[in-house]
Amino acid sequence: MTTTPDAYVQFFDGGLEPQHELLGGKCASLVTMTAAGMPVPPGFAVTTLAYDRFVDAAGIATEIAHKLAALSPDDISAVDSVSASIRDAICSRPVPPEVNSQVVEAYERLQSRFDSEVPVAVRSSATAEDLPGASFAGQQDTYLWLSGIDTVLAHIRACWASLYTSRAILYRLKNDIPDEGLSMAVAVQKMVNSAVSGVAMTMNPTNGDRSKVTIDSSYGVGEMVVSGQVTPDNIVVDKVVLSLVSQTVGDKHAELVPDFALGRLVERDVDDERRGRLSLSPEQVTAVATLAKAAEKHYGCPQDVEWALDRDLPEGSNLLLLQARPETVHSAPAAPAATPATPAAAAATAAPAFSLSGLTSRLTGQSGQSAH
Amino acid sequence: MTADLTAAPVPGPTLKSFPKPSELPVPPGAEGWEDLYPYFLSFRNLSGAEDEKFWFCDSQHWPTVFKPFETIGGEFAVKCLGQYNTRHLLIPPANGIEFKIHLGYLYMSPVPVPEAEVAARVPEFERRAGHYFQNWDSMLDGWHTKVRATIAEMETLSFEALPDAVPFDDIVGGVAKDGSEKLMESYDRLIQLCYQNWQYHFEFLNLGYLAYLDFFGFCKQLFPGIPDQSIAKMVQGVDMELFRPDDELKKLALLAVEKGLQAAFADTDDVQGTLDRIAALDGGAEWLAAWTEAQDPWFNFTVGNGFYGHDKYWIEHLEIPLGYVKDYIRRVDEGHQILRPVEELVAERDRVVSEYRDLVPAELVADFDAKVGLAATAYPYVENHNFYIEHWTMGVFWRKVRQLGRVFADAGFWADQSDLLYLTRGEVRDAIFDLVTGWAVGAEPTGPHYWPKEIERRRGIIDALSSQRPQPALNTPPAEITEPFTMMLYGITTEQVQQWLGDDDTAESGTITGMAASPGVAEGLARVVTHADQLGEVQEGEILVATITAPSWGPIFGKIKATVTDIGGMMSHAAIVCREYALPAVTGTGNGSTTIRTGQRIRVDGNTGRVELLED
Repeated sequence: MTTTPDAYVQFFDGGLEPQHELLGGKCASLVTMTAAGMPVPPGFAVTTLAYDRFVDAAGIATEIAHKLAALSPDDISAVDSVSASIRDAICSRPVPPEVNSQVVEAYERLQSRFDSEVPVAVRSSATAEDLPGASFAGQQDTYLWLSGIDTVLAHIRACWASLYTSRAILYRLKNDIPDEGLSMAVAVQKMVNSAVSGVAMTMNPTNGDRSKVTIDSSYGVGEMVVSGQVTPDNIVVDKVVLSLVSQTVGDKHAELVPDFALGRLVERDVDDERRGRLSLSPEQVTAVATLAKAAEKHYGCPQDVEWALDRDLPEGSNLLLLQARPETVHSAPAAPAATPATPAAAAATAAPAFSLSGLTSRLTGQSGQSAH
Repeated sequence: MTADLTAAPVPGPTLKSFPKPSELPVPPGAEGWEDLYPYFLSFRNLSGAEDEKFWFCDSQHWPTVFKPFETIGGEFAVKCLGQYNTRHLLIPPANGIEFKIHLGYLYMSPVPVPEAEVAARVPEFERRAGHYFQNWDSMLDGWHTKVRATIAEMETLSFEALPDAVPFDDIVGGVAKDGSEKLMESYDRLIQLCYQNWQYHFEFLNLGYLAYLDFFGFCKQLFPGIPDQSIAKMVQGVDMELFRPDDELKKLALLAVEKGLQAAFADTDDVQGTLDRIAALDGGAEWLAAWTEAQDPWFNFTVGNGFYGHDKYWIEHLEIPLGYVKDYIRRVDEGHQILRPVEELVAERDRVVSEYRDLVPAELVADFDAKVGLAATAYPYVENHNFYIEHWTMGVFWRKVRQLGRVFADAGFWADQSDLLYLTRGEVRDAIFDLVTGWAVGAEPTGPHYWPKEIERRRGIIDALSSQRPQPALNTPPAEITEPFTMMLYGITTEQVQQWLGDDDTAESGTITGMAASPGVAEGLARVVTHADQLGEVQEGEILVATITAPSWGPIFGKIKATVTDIGGMMSHAAIVCREYALPAVTGTGNGSTTIRTGQRIRVDGNTGRVELLED
């Protein structure tokens, strides 16, 4: 393992290649997005090397391995107790000064871009999460609206510790995922001050139609949409020409907004006027769809993106991409649900470029097979 | 009338209906209107079925009341449409469209093929349609030859007063005919040639729609909810003959600017004066040569739709194209780009096709290619034929009809050449015989004593009918409209019918809805135009609100920000031109031109088909 001067942190816009091993899925994605000109909130990754160096310096690697070796997935109370002791160790052992100083310096560099200190989000970025076909989302943690370096450092440790929640331990046990080489990167990112946020999927999940972008949108921070605590607006846009296909105004009864006096997010009611209309303007719908489409084009497969409109940024450049990942649930089936029943007979005709069978069956209201 | 009205089937309690034809009031002064039209065109309800069948009004082609002679366009067009479905192509589910005139307006009722007979028609349909689709280009070449030959022959017909005496040469030659037969033959031939090009009109039209419909259905299955606009974009022609007249004017404007002739265009209503001023300038001769060159055939272009005797054609009203050229010159001088961005339109079309194609499952890509290819080949006819028939053929036709009308006017049958339009075409034939009989025997014809009063009576009836708008439809609609041509050609869909029936609900909150015909959003002041003569009032940057638009309104589209029409679907003229000019359009609103006022601020959303009235 080599340690280059900046190996413990990497800025998303630092121009370095995103290495999944080093950054974990989430941070690698943010670096890639930034490099591709897709607007993600500025920030940096605390790399897996930082975690590895910490575990190494703290001398807890063998201790963890020993504790896990004896565990059975059926013994929940033993799992809970092992989880608690490992997480306690991770949160209390000293972080090596070379790691600590790099994180502190990166945090200061990030803050130096703003007039006054902005809150940040700290998110885990595991190397094993979100593999296509094995969604691991939600197994690690996200901490929002953090201010001050000490708080940030504590939450980086909390992210590290989240590798060993009872749930994560059980998941690995049950899925035969080895703990050797398990590591964790952490994203430290300017906290998006969401006026409106949501998710966008580059397909229609109700029927697998890939010619649509489906947007869920609600007020405030997006966690309420992601976790299903509010009924968002649902907007379906044609992916090619970006025009509106359908829209359903969701209830959006509440929003999470920052309370700077309390230093945390508070849930508040949304008034009737804002509930009764779409949370996005037509121009914003087009911008979100364009962003999702760009993400899909970049990655070459259907995407599920989280986005937000940042209150602090000017209209027109306030749309931020928070996360993009392959859409793993709906794109798994081999054939789209929308495959027409009719054109099966087409191949049988002599003229290669032309067949009337589809037309005939459409006119007679029958399927291709039974047209005659 | 049935004796026992209670025996008539009663619609279910929740089923809303349009009025029965017999329930509609006859406007005061229009009593006896039925006798103005051929007997077979009005509802006689001989079998009792006419008060049951669903009829919709074709106000898209015939927005105003027919004068008796003008029924020729409706009769020929809808009859010939039907013959191709029923007798040429044997379209499996669809025969023609039955049509009647009620209170001066044309109502239509599609005729389905009985369920049991549909399957038997399939092999013949595939054989016949297949032949056209596989020989499209060569057969379409043949079509152009046939249609142009018809027009050329029509041009040779002339209607002139008979001389005082048979020419001496005819005596010497033993011709032994007085020339009246020529007048009668020419009239009959004129009608026949008109009929002929209306038969040709539909030779490719139904097929063009079918190819479009096939691709449309395929796309809707593959990509549920795909905007109609996207499908239209993929198959729509770009370099179109229908746009050619407008393009000619743009070229003339650019040439005038290049030669520095702007000053000569100060008063284009004075056509001869303007042309004289141009001739006097350096480079003027070259411009005049181009002006003359462009006229044949491209000025055979009407500001109307070709179905009315009063439609004005550019070639007979040169102040119209000259005024448009003047306007284009001004815009060029102001630095505007007036030529349509043809390359960008082609690039955008190619992008849209290739992006959808990329989303087609691999096993269906070949089908997609075949269908989009066929539709792109066949569909442009749907727009281009319009120039050859509605504009060119009908332009010549109406000119000849006016010429004949003048012969009668000169003989004292009526005051004005256009008064002939108050006769049916059968009555015109009788009147010709009346005219030549009086001339031959040396006595007075009856016409001058009969027609002036009769024409005034009929004018009163037509004016009275015109005071009342048509019903959108008659009788009880079917639960669902499924007939493909009704939907495609007329935009008569289940939703549309429901909207008509529930139109009070849509009036709420200052919003009008219609078809999202061309994407984009625009806000501005409305200019309501209900007649081509009002086009001169349209100001730069306004939003055009019209009953319906016509291809020759093209020059207006360079000035406006968006369009709203009462009538028309995805493939209506307004929709096509707005997509060309990248202007938002909402079509088929039903009541846009009567709800919106000139000067009112409105917001047109061509993505959703909504028009918001931003002030009262």
